[in-house]
Amino acid sequence: MSKSTIIIPLLLVLLVSATSGCSSVKPWVKPYERDRLADPVMNLSRHGKADSYMHHVYQARESARGAEGGAGGGCGCN
Amino acid sequence: MEQKVEPEVVVVVTDRSRPARAAWFFLTLAVFCSFTQAATLPVDNVDVLYHRYDGGGMVIDGPSVLVRKSAGPQVSVTGQYYVDTVSAASVDVLATASAYTEERTEYTLGVDYLYDRAIMSLGFTNSSENDYEANTAYFTVSQEFFGGMSTVTLGYASGWDEVGQIGNSNFNEDADRRNYQLGFSQVLTRNMLVGLDLEVVTDEGFLQNPYRQNRYLDPNDATSFLYQPERYPETRTSTSVAARAIYYLPYRASVHGEYRYFSDTWGISAHTLELGYVHALNERWSLEGSIRYYRQGEADFYSDLYAYENSQTHLARDKELSSLSGTTLATGAVYEWKQPSLPGIKRVQVSLLLDWLNFDYDNFRDVTASGSYLPGEEPLYSFDALVTRASLILEY
Repeated sequence: MSKSTIIIPLLLVLLVSATSGCSSVKPWVKPYERDRLADPVMNLSRHGKADSYMHHVYQARESARGAEGGAGGGCGCN
Repeated sequence: MEQKVEPEVVVVVTDRSRPARAAWFFLTLAVFCSFTQAATLPVDNVDVLYHRYDGGGMVIDGPSVLVRKSAGPQVSVTGQYYVDTVSAASVDVLATASAYTEERTEYTLGVDYLYDRAIMSLGFTNSSENDYEANTAYFTVSQEFFGGMSTVTLGYASGWDEVGQIGNSNFNEDADRRNYQLGFSQVLTRNMLVGLDLEVVTDEGFLQNPYRQNRYLDPNDATSFLYQPERYPETRTSTSVAARAIYYLPYRASVHGEYRYFSDTWGISAHTLELGYVHALNERWSLEGSIRYYRQGEADFYSDLYAYENSQTHLARDKELSSLSGTTLATGAVYEWKQPSLPGIKRVQVSLLLDWLNFDYDNFRDVTASGSYLPGEEPLYSFDALVTRASLILEY
């Protein structure tokens, strides 16, 4: 079994454990307070495929790969 | 399509397989990004892109067209067509062969399914060149929770590639790949978002470029060198961890920053740092700029010049495995038009983006440099490139 097949489930368990303890904490940014987060200037991938293309450019010229995307959202703005 | 200037030269290609092998990655990243606002399917849109890369003796350009259409309130389907037209005369090509042109075509089909606060996505992509075939299947699930302030994304992709070689019909190798993604994004304040991403990638099979070669000192003549085939390990596992943040300024503008650490089983580690700024001029126009710095160490088995033939188990002089640093300066202008008077169109976005890239190699020497040099004393290689992207997004 490779190291990654152990690490990934372990991280998931830790994440679930950590978030399950948050039940007493209420979301402190209400949906009606997320107008700025929904502004296009706050979107890290607002150019669509043009943004993905730059990852492609770097992957072909650098050894590093992965973890390029994902952040910048989750604001529940819609 | 013109294949080679000198067909008798077998050792031709140096930069062609990397873009193809990256194709599946490019796709999964795009999917990853599309889930940044979980629990809401992306709106129907047409995303048209013209891209051009010009630098280091390479010119690569072509179109990309993506169409997204919903099928009911819970399902959204995407299709994408992407082309790289390559004209290559890079330092690797000129050192051992002759310039060539070729084309890579990529097709993608995907479907997103919304269920409560989760979105599941399934897709397949195929990338095809005359000597490389790449296939990828992916599955991603994204779940929003904590009142929509937090989003967790899990992704898995499996790739299986077939590697060929022009001029050698008996050459047929496989390369398989799996990647595992875990993403977490969090609303911190009404002005700030942060994100963490982890990605592990494992490769197995023929991982080198069949055309690229490395060099060693000529045992009979200390003033010259000879070439031998590359020999990479048949497995590779890499881990990347990235942290990002974006902040809304007191006026309509944002700043963002990101750091990524990378490490793999070939002994390469890398750091990426990026800072950017987006400024809205008015309701429709905005400008943006960013700076990116990248630095990596070299692979354990890499050498610009080996002391003698077959001096170690694994041999590589692929410049992407050398220690290097890269800097990017980027700028762009965006025009956004909401509720335009075009029938059926809800939003139009037009972008022109220019990126200037510079790469400096610490241990890769330019054997094509003019002048007379002893082996290992040639000037270190560096190059710069200009990337142009013109994008049109129509939401309907």
